[in-house]
Amino acid sequence: MLRLEKRPDPSKTWGYLAPVLAVIATMIGGGVMFALLGKDPFEAIRTIFYDPLFSEFAWYYRPQLLIKGAPLILIAIGLSMGFRAGIWNIGAEGQYIIGAICGAGAALAVYPLESALVFPVMILCGAIGGFAWSMIPAILKIKFGTNEILVSLMLVYVAEQLLASMSLGLMKNPEGFGFPGSRNLQQYASAHNAELWTGTGIHLGVVFALIAVIFSYIMLARHQMGFHIRLTGESPKAAKFAGVNPNKVVIYCLGFSGALAGLAGMFEVAGPSGQISIDFNVGYGFTAIIVAFLGRLDPFGILLAGLLMALTYIGGEIAQSSLGLPSAAIQAFQGMLLFFLLALDMLTNFKIKRTNTEVRI
Amino acid sequence: MDLSAISPTLLVASLMVAATPILLAAIGELVVEKSGVLNLGVEGMMITGAISGFAAAVLTGSPMIGFLCAALGGAALSVIFAIITQYFLSNQVATGLALTLFGLGLSAMLGQSYVGIKPPASVKLDLPLVSDIPVIGPILFSHDFTVYAALTLVTGVWWFLKYTRGGLILRAVGESHDAAHALGYKVVRVRILAIMFGGACAGLGGAALSLVRVPQWTEGMTAGAGWIALAIVVFASWKPARVLLGAYLFGGVAVLQLNLQAAGVSIPVEYLSMSPYLITIVVLVVMSANRSKSALNAPAALGRVFHASR
Amino acid sequence: MKLKSILAGAALAMTAATGTLAETTKVGFVYVGPVGDGGWTYEHDKGREAVVAAFGDKVETMYVESVPEGPDAERVMTDMALKGADLIFTTSFGYMDQTINVAAKFPNVKFEHATGYKQSDNVSVYSARFYEGRAVQGHIAGHMTKSNIVGYIGSFPIPEVIRGINAAYIHAKEVNPDVQFKIIWAYTWFDPTKEADAAKVLIEQGADVVLQHTDSTAPQAAAQAAGNVITFGQASDMAAYGPKPRVSSIIDNWGPYYIARTQAVMDGTWASTSTWDGIGAGMVGIGEITSAVPAGVKASAEALRDSLADGSYHTFTGPLNKQDGSVWLKAGETAADYGDEGLASMGFYLEGLDSEVPN
Repeated sequence: MLRLEKRPDPSKTWGYLAPVLAVIATMIGGGVMFALLGKDPFEAIRTIFYDPLFSEFAWYYRPQLLIKGAPLILIAIGLSMGFRAGIWNIGAEGQYIIGAICGAGAALAVYPLESALVFPVMILCGAIGGFAWSMIPAILKIKFGTNEILVSLMLVYVAEQLLASMSLGLMKNPEGFGFPGSRNLQQYASAHNAELWTGTGIHLGVVFALIAVIFSYIMLARHQMGFHIRLTGESPKAAKFAGVNPNKVVIYCLGFSGALAGLAGMFEVAGPSGQISIDFNVGYGFTAIIVAFLGRLDPFGILLAGLLMALTYIGGEIAQSSLGLPSAAIQAFQGMLLFFLLALDMLTNFKIKRTNTEVRI
Repeated sequence: MDLSAISPTLLVASLMVAATPILLAAIGELVVEKSGVLNLGVEGMMITGAISGFAAAVLTGSPMIGFLCAALGGAALSVIFAIITQYFLSNQVATGLALTLFGLGLSAMLGQSYVGIKPPASVKLDLPLVSDIPVIGPILFSHDFTVYAALTLVTGVWWFLKYTRGGLILRAVGESHDAAHALGYKVVRVRILAIMFGGACAGLGGAALSLVRVPQWTEGMTAGAGWIALAIVVFASWKPARVLLGAYLFGGVAVLQLNLQAAGVSIPVEYLSMSPYLITIVVLVVMSANRSKSALNAPAALGRVFHASR
Repeated sequence: MKLKSILAGAALAMTAATGTLAETTKVGFVYVGPVGDGGWTYEHDKGREAVVAAFGDKVETMYVESVPEGPDAERVMTDMALKGADLIFTTSFGYMDQTINVAAKFPNVKFEHATGYKQSDNVSVYSARFYEGRAVQGHIAGHMTKSNIVGYIGSFPIPEVIRGINAAYIHAKEVNPDVQFKIIWAYTWFDPTKEADAAKVLIEQGADVVLQHTDSTAPQAAAQAAGNVITFGQASDMAAYGPKPRVSSIIDNWGPYYIARTQAVMDGTWASTSTWDGIGAGMVGIGEITSAVPAGVKASAEALRDSLADGSYHTFTGPLNKQDGSVWLKAGETAADYGDEGLASMGFYLEGLDSEVPN
């Protein structure tokens, strides 16, 4: 019989090996699924994983990886901070929406004023919007001990309704022939979050995502707050003895993740997306939760996990158009990849032991 | 504006129907959470149940076999979650989200050849005379059998949690898995059974949509019902009777909103639609502010990973 | 700027190369929903299949479904253009700005954007005059209703849907002055549960005719369960629910247009146009009027359909007043397509409708 034994320290070897194994397992599982659907499994796998990076048109796809990955990474970095401390913000989707509404709102309020100040103000408003939205669960948690998982989740739906209301009412484009949706900020020079270097996919949101990765690394490794966060997560009691103020940690973690999610929303609405519309949010806030765990809550791990997720999205779309795979198969394939990654991650923290004694699991 | 067009009797009757799918999914999730597991994959299990049930009912011509297969389908999907979280000790939040993603994709693939087909009609209670009694008749005696099945299930879960030894063990596991383990209870086994029960209920809820309430199959047809079920469990502060209340509240707001519109009342639909979520938050706050009481309800080990070191 | 032109140039060269090498014409389709939605996207995909059927080996089609409106759509279109698509249909209003953006980078690829209003040298727009079909529905509804209450499930309060409500209402009132419309906005194009609930509520409030401008068959099923209620198929024929409750339907028929545009690309005659076709051109199909409708009503409905088709009658012919009583069209005047009070941006109800357009 087999038994799990916790390793004293996470295994470095398995840390690298587990994701590789997971990807291989997914390729096998996904290949079987694609074969059942009547598609060439090797071609399908190659299209999803290889084509976006190395095919003839990779010069176009590679920058797209950054565009797709940046919001995931930015949000996941924020979330990981809280997850480490055992503070579960799963409402990043809502904070993302509110950040976008506030950022776009700031721009639309002063439209068509062209000024170098517009964009910085939008950034500020986006961050404050996300921050404020995340302060609702934070304050409720501190004041009343309310569970932040549930409050932040509920607020996602509230934010979605607000978004619908904004795109049908207050922010509706007056020149849009009555269709829902705001003006397109891509056509408003001062508010447009354009690529910094054309064709590279690098807009300010990508830069912020990279800064967030580095900032969070330094924070966790060097700063006292990072230490408090880790301590709170590992042992709340020990943290208390060490004089950590738990309320401060709650405010900091939720606020930080809210602000980053808000920023991600703002950069998206001002750049790649362009406008506030009913379907503006496409689930980045939820996908980022998965990205945070895939990256093992480690800043650089999240960077890689975010890019991997982006790869499956982009490769999946290519596979749809060139192989005629249904989008449902891509969704199931992504789900499969996540299952394997999450499951095999156990090997970094546990050893499998053969035992002959009674099994206690 | 013509409010007299709204019949309170029909309103209550139709909110009961509207609430049934989310009620089924919510009561299942309640049991899962009572065992200390947070499964955010309700939406994925619901839609898998919706297509499994639909396909089985169409193939066999029997709605009953459909419901059975829906429960099996939901439970089968939940087994993936159970294995990964209980044996591979993964994070439950992330695994639940992945389960939803997988379930949505899987169901769409399974359902490709079932678009645009009519399912066999489900069984509706129609007692001569009794169903025709004014007010009481439409509310109590003229529903599809799923409405009664859901109510029976809620009662059953309430009784199980409150009065049986099994219910006690389940709650113990949800409160403190270490203590339960020390007492010799099989924590993992209990949780897996609870997860599968939750999956089966979510599957039934999905079939209540695809076979009764809508009835048809289309990709993504649950359209967020699974997430509402999660909200209801919280709203209910993990109490079966309040799950019923919560499901009727959410179902009621949805139906009332449509009724007001049809009667020509200009209402800001978005704000009315967000009200159940806001109410849930208020309930949460009130509940948690009153700590002594809430401590008895919220499973203390909710979402925590259990590993028996010895 | 410089790099952009290099990239665009490279892309251009590549498409030009594939264009000359390949003998087949590549046609791409970007869908907003899954092809299995049984409604909007389903019908566009049937249009794609019609193209395949018409040209066989001479065309190669590709599609991506469930593409969110936003950067994802832009990427999917670019991907198709890079792969050598000669013609790309983008089938949702929300793809408008993305289509224009991508088209600017690929001047040799032709784009066709459904239901939008932004054109450019290589972007055509096309849409269907569904309101003509609504007139026929209203006519039948006015005759058939016994309770004089017609229920209407709207998706979003946008010009397209408001036009449909107005068209149905004035033609129902024409044959039945006592008719009353009850309107529910579902705020979704596609949510079977909500549509089913909306239909049930309308029926409970006395409606015995339910019109829908949302795409699932859920309202049909609700009407069937209720008994004496009639409905009309939307987007697709929904014939499975005939002869009753479904007594007729509006069918989105994109096939002929898609074939014609593909042919134009093959012939090298494609030019940027704005198409807004109705029953006459076959873009809007009126599904068979079933035996549940009395022969006399069926005949007059078909006469109305034919007069719309041959252009002898316009759906919106004055005298027509707006809801507030002010004059919209004088006697004999017909509605303009564009302009402040034109059909394209219609945001007001006509006289007699008693609810308000949500704001």
